[in-house]
Amino acid sequence: MNTPKNTGDTKMSGAADLLAGLAGGLVDGSVRVVDLTHRLDPDFPIIVLPPEFGQCAPFRMEEISRYDARGPAWHWHNISLGEHAGTHFDAPIHWISGRDQPNNTTDTLPVQKLVGHVCVIDCEAESNADEDYEMGVAKIEAFEADHGRIPDQSWVLMRSGWSARRGADYINLRDDGAHSPGPDSDAVRFLVESRNIIGFGTETVGTDSGQAAHSDPPYPAHFILHGANRFGLQCLTNLDQLPPTGAILMAAPLKIRQGTGSPLRVLALVPDS
Amino acid sequence: MTDSDRQPLSSPQLPRPVRKDPQKKTADALAPPATRSRLGLRVSAYAARGRFCLPHCDACSKLVWPPRDACPTCLATLVWRDGNPHGKLIAETVLETSPELYFRERMPWRVGTVVLGDNVPVMAHLHNQCRLGDEVVLRLMLDKSQRAVFMAFSNPDAPDLTEDIQLRELTNDPKHRRVLISDARTPTGVALASALGDAGCSTVFAGVAESWKRDEAIEALEAMAHVNLVPLDLTDTRSVQELAGEIGGKVDILIHNAEHVRPGGVIEGRGISEAKTLHEKLVFGFMRLAESFGPSMRGRGADGVNSASAWVNILSVYAHANWPAYGQHSAAHAAALSLTQCLRAEMQGSGVRVVNAFAGPLEQDWHRSVLPPKVTQRRLARDIVSGLQAGLQDIYIGDVARDVHERWSDDAKLLELELTGDGQ
Repeated sequence: MNTPKNTGDTKMSGAADLLAGLAGGLVDGSVRVVDLTHRLDPDFPIIVLPPEFGQCAPFRMEEISRYDARGPAWHWHNISLGEHAGTHFDAPIHWISGRDQPNNTTDTLPVQKLVGHVCVIDCEAESNADEDYEMGVAKIEAFEADHGRIPDQSWVLMRSGWSARRGADYINLRDDGAHSPGPDSDAVRFLVESRNIIGFGTETVGTDSGQAAHSDPPYPAHFILHGANRFGLQCLTNLDQLPPTGAILMAAPLKIRQGTGSPLRVLALVPDS
Repeated sequence: MTDSDRQPLSSPQLPRPVRKDPQKKTADALAPPATRSRLGLRVSAYAARGRFCLPHCDACSKLVWPPRDACPTCLATLVWRDGNPHGKLIAETVLETSPELYFRERMPWRVGTVVLGDNVPVMAHLHNQCRLGDEVVLRLMLDKSQRAVFMAFSNPDAPDLTEDIQLRELTNDPKHRRVLISDARTPTGVALASALGDAGCSTVFAGVAESWKRDEAIEALEAMAHVNLVPLDLTDTRSVQELAGEIGGKVDILIHNAEHVRPGGVIEGRGISEAKTLHEKLVFGFMRLAESFGPSMRGRGADGVNSASAWVNILSVYAHANWPAYGQHSAAHAAALSLTQCLRAEMQGSGVRVVNAFAGPLEQDWHRSVLPPKVTQRRLARDIVSGLQAGLQDIYIGDVARDVHERWSDDAKLLELELTGDGQ
């Protein structure tokens, strides 16, 4: 690793030491990398909108060649999918409330914010008891009572255990729409305005609860987060492998021109316990 | 003659199929002679649509058979029109041998001479209920080469008509057969599954995409004992390949249903994304099915009583001419229709018939603002089944489909002007 030229700059030196320590930790296993991403699979559920609306395309893969007449020595695919398919990132421009924010697309958003500290609020018990559970401010305050105040510029993830569900149970559609947990509007407002988070993520198909169309405002996570130029992550998994605090989240969407979101590989750096 | 006398002669009753002996080679799909003159093909073109249309001389006021360029008596130009199918069976022969490979494997085979109204004799295949001297009704039907032949019936409305091996060679009767329906989680899919069950099919494989969604259609399909739900997403190549790997050798009739109706044209459309979805299901979905299921069906065209028999496409009649209110939809169906013609060529000689069922607007949510007449899914399914039983190649279902087809046949340009003239 290069030694900083300005050895008098203790801050820079400290950062270099930090990264050197991280590199060492990754090698010796004291820092684990946890994959928070579902496999991109054609049958992975996507958000279901009324049929008169445009629909997000699911993941699809077509063979270009497979060591055959179409390409004798190589195997490759063309893939297609919507920006919001699979484990994916929501940029602020995704929602009407965020459309006028600066640097609100996947190609312009500040990359410094794509890596950051992450807090994981465990709502599994509540979500198991009530599939329409809405995480409120009280739950966040209880989390902080146990684990300390959510640091400024953190990611906050809502752990619901939903990623263990498969197929119909995951999307959980009924005649009155989907039923899955999410945050209430006060909680999102609190996280944005009082805790200045980078973004908010969930295990469910969206950052909002399944019945959030009936909230005030409708889809509060989308509306409030993106209206404040914050990010969203959804369809996460393995959140039970993260500590409540102290892990680092890396969530870099593809650099799509004027992209409103992107499928991505979400990774977390976790101190080995 | 009493009913008890009406035992089959050389054509046996349709045996109840037994499971195939896995040690025996699947029979090669042989086809009867296919070569016809252009005039001969015209007879097939009518037979494909179930019409008994033959050349007549108006000057002599008589039927002319076989087809010719001009009347052999007065050299007048012949006119093709629907003829009188009633005649008398005056001679019969049981063929015990033939130089034609197709017939060699199917001996004995009954044929006879039927005299039609204008004292015109024609050679016909005989239904097993026909007896020498019977008054018979002739139908023009397509054989395994998709070429017209006459078939004679003593009673064409008899309920057990299909219990005849010679007739089964000409039809695609779902009885005892296994049918795959794509996009079965639709009103059409449910209606088809029901109608096929009523027609005696042994199994319906109901192809269902997005197994993570449940709805009334799934519940209706699950409630039918003969229905087996299988994962099939027309937009996903791998899904189609995997299902073909599992049941490709068991599909006797494949029904390509891709019910995705959206209004909108080119300028006033719903955009490229919607058009892509439509094409992914209908057009590329057809190609995916053809790539994965086509080879095994083509190889099973003579696989016993339960051979692969038919490939059915459910199409909008506006595949023939664009209906601007549903312009993108019409365009996708036009593309699909073109591909079905290609598939017909690729299936030629296999004995597998490619059947196109055309309908106008259906009784469904996306045609709610369209004035009647509209076709119910139940009617659509019933007519497809009866079309298979009759061995049709093109089935026009409902008044709109028949009207549009007639206008298109009369003058395609004139129909275009009618459909596009007022921008509706």
